[in-house]
Amino acid sequence: MPVVSSYKDAEALTLTFVADFDASAERVWRIWQDPRQLERWWGPPTWPATFHRHDFVVGGESRYYMTGPEGQKAHGWWSITTIAAPHRLEFDDGFAGDDGEPLSTMEPTHTIVTIEAADAGTRMTVVTKFVSADQLQQMLDMGMEEGMGLALGQIDGLLAEIAG
Amino acid sequence: MYNHMVVGELSGADADRVFHALADATRRDILTRVISTEQSVSALARHYPMSFAAVQKHVAVLERAALVRKERRGREQLVHAEPGALHRVARLLDAYEQLWRHRARAIDAILAEGHEDREGT
Repeated sequence: MPVVSSYKDAEALTLTFVADFDASAERVWRIWQDPRQLERWWGPPTWPATFHRHDFVVGGESRYYMTGPEGQKAHGWWSITTIAAPHRLEFDDGFAGDDGEPLSTMEPTHTIVTIEAADAGTRMTVVTKFVSADQLQQMLDMGMEEGMGLALGQIDGLLAEIAG
Repeated sequence: MYNHMVVGELSGADADRVFHALADATRRDILTRVISTEQSVSALARHYPMSFAAVQKHVAVLERAALVRKERRGREQLVHAEPGALHRVARLLDAYEQLWRHRARAIDAILAEGHEDREGT
């Protein structure tokens, strides 16, 4: 299990996720750069992603959709704001309509990926910032809860949060 | 509505109400039931060896702690879980973290294949 740590800041609506991989920074970079590799891991379980556009340059745009178990499609887009290969990538990620184009009514999330050498291979840190709880909910509603088999709202979690 | 609740913290008085509400086994049980599905007060009352009015009082304590919300539908009063905006965000971030755990495993598996080049093994 490559996960090193994660940090959830509910008030800042931010998740920081850190994982180490037994590979070089250049190799880890390519799982973001190469759409054929990217689509093998981006989608939640049972919702594989297909990237039909991936302009991996600053100002470049990506278009993708995820296909659910009933064949339903959830469309998304990226707009890349920073690229410093193989160490830093920043992009906005938002929902798209059935035509695959961004929905202007919904603000995107912003993600910052940092890839650097670590003791055991390469450390990848992903910081995702959401705009609102509703936006986070919508992202999770795209097949995630069923896909992850998550029992959201269990009382144990609720009590842990209140106690925390 | 969520925004101001998300940025604010649970105040001392709010926290007291939450802890008081959860200090009772019947109220924890009611909350567990309505978290999985909304239920009417009368349906809830059937689970406990106490009067309808007593169950209604427990629901009212949970309601004051903003853990549940009541809604009138016809002759029924339906009780929904309302864990609060901050708790909602924490739950959602938990779920999003699970997505990233899944992604990290998938990335690890791709890197382990090693046939893209020789570095990944």
